[in-house]
Amino acid sequence: MPERPEIFHDIAPRTDVVAQPLSTWQRIYASAAARKAVLLVVLALVWEVYARRLNNPLLFPSFSSTVSALFESLSSGEIPRAAGYTLLLLIKGYSAGLLLAGLLTALAAATRWGSDLLEILTSMFNPLPSIALLPLALIWFGLGDGSIIFVLVHAVVWVVALNTFAGFRAVSPTLRMVGQNYGLSRPGYIARILIPGAFPSILTGLKVGWAFCWRTLIAAELVFGVSSGSGGLGWFIFERKNQLLIPDVFAGLLTVIVFGLLVENLIFGTIERRTVRRWGMQN
Amino acid sequence: MQPLLKVDGVTLQYRVGEKLVTATYRVSFDVLKSDRFVLLGPSGCGKSTLLKAVGGYHAPAEGRIVLNGKAVSGPGPDRIFVFQEFDQLLPWKTVTENIVFALTASGKLARVQALERAASYVEKVNLTEFAHAYPHTLSGGMKQRAAIARAMAMEPDILLMDEPFAALDALTRVRMQEELLQLWEDTKFTVLFVTHSIPEAIRVGNRIALLSPHPGQLKAEVNSPTDEARVQELLFGGAHA
Repeated sequence: MPERPEIFHDIAPRTDVVAQPLSTWQRIYASAAARKAVLLVVLALVWEVYARRLNNPLLFPSFSSTVSALFESLSSGEIPRAAGYTLLLLIKGYSAGLLLAGLLTALAAATRWGSDLLEILTSMFNPLPSIALLPLALIWFGLGDGSIIFVLVHAVVWVVALNTFAGFRAVSPTLRMVGQNYGLSRPGYIARILIPGAFPSILTGLKVGWAFCWRTLIAAELVFGVSSGSGGLGWFIFERKNQLLIPDVFAGLLTVIVFGLLVENLIFGTIERRTVRRWGMQN
Repeated sequence: MQPLLKVDGVTLQYRVGEKLVTATYRVSFDVLKSDRFVLLGPSGCGKSTLLKAVGGYHAPAEGRIVLNGKAVSGPGPDRIFVFQEFDQLLPWKTVTENIVFALTASGKLARVQALERAASYVEKVNLTEFAHAYPHTLSGGMKQRAAIARAMAMEPDILLMDEPFAALDALTRVRMQEELLQLWEDTKFTVLFVTHSIPEAIRVGNRIALLSPHPGQLKAEVNSPTDEARVQELLFGGAHA
């Protein structure tokens, strides 16, 4: 073995190379919003091309005619009125459902009887489609918003309660011990350790609950919309189908979809970015 | 000198399925104020369970644990735990907010004073640059430093450290041991430190309790610094008085 000299380097501190900014293109590519926008444009193009080749506006109107029908109904005020009506019902039903879910989970977190009750109730009622309760609700609460809100609460409460409670259970033992170590009271422990610790699955529950709520509401309006006096979006779709205004039907459906996208990406997306992503609890 | 913590004939048992497992059997020792008291032993000697019992998470089946003349009956902010796991920091709070949380949740300080004290302890553990970083952006060593800062900011009667450096790489580990000793020079806190590493016990402790496994029984209490060979002989050697 040849004798090798020892080597020493004088290293100047180079903090500038530790963290370098991304290029514009890298940043666009890394943005989920940009990628999703591209996908949406591609989907709209596929729709347009297919509809034009089919050339049967009664069965499958093209994207452009749907959009123009949408703008017509928007400017005539029909869709905004119907959507506003639907949205109000949705907010009422969703918030009532969340309130009830909160009460049930608090009970479940506090006592063993409460958690048994929650388990039995969710396994009984979660698989039951909410819309199946509508005929019964109409008998109980009459032809009005009351019955629709009843089925909405049913659509929201079980999935939210189930996810929240599952999240509570999944909070790590170390965090629980930390909470006890600093002498938190029972309500303080739930509010300051369990809820933030379970937030990823609470958020999932809120999202799934919102989706259940939205689709149940549209379905309820489609079937029984006329019963509650003025109609919402579901009723708008149903009525236009009867008049064979198929582009309007598509415009109504598109409104439902756009609402879904907006709530998912703007509201829940923002909550997600500001909470679980920022905290590194979800990637 | 009156001991700060008195562990008196403590037997700890826990249930595994249908069986009752004895983790420690009639263990007794005294911790004095400003001690760096180390519980050393191989896995299965019940040292972590013993520490949890001092923390109040586990009630003894036999014997008593007395802190400052009062029997320990549950977890409380007079004994603050530093765990081995990196997830002991609340992920939804920054380093500073984690410390503020500890001080305010326990009712020790109001928010304004808590912020001040948090800043001074963040500086003590050299995390000033990361004071407003969320835990998931920190390295393992920084997370443990933050956890130690949070525990020390509480200025508890006794710190309970459960292998706090075990999950760190060897280089970071040695540095953290040195930093802990420097902090001790500063404030002369009392710490009960659990480890399975003989060199760590000798570096960190001024008194070392040696436990044998299955069930955990106290074999010896020695003063440190001492040499590794002697500790090994005492732990694994034959009949020692």
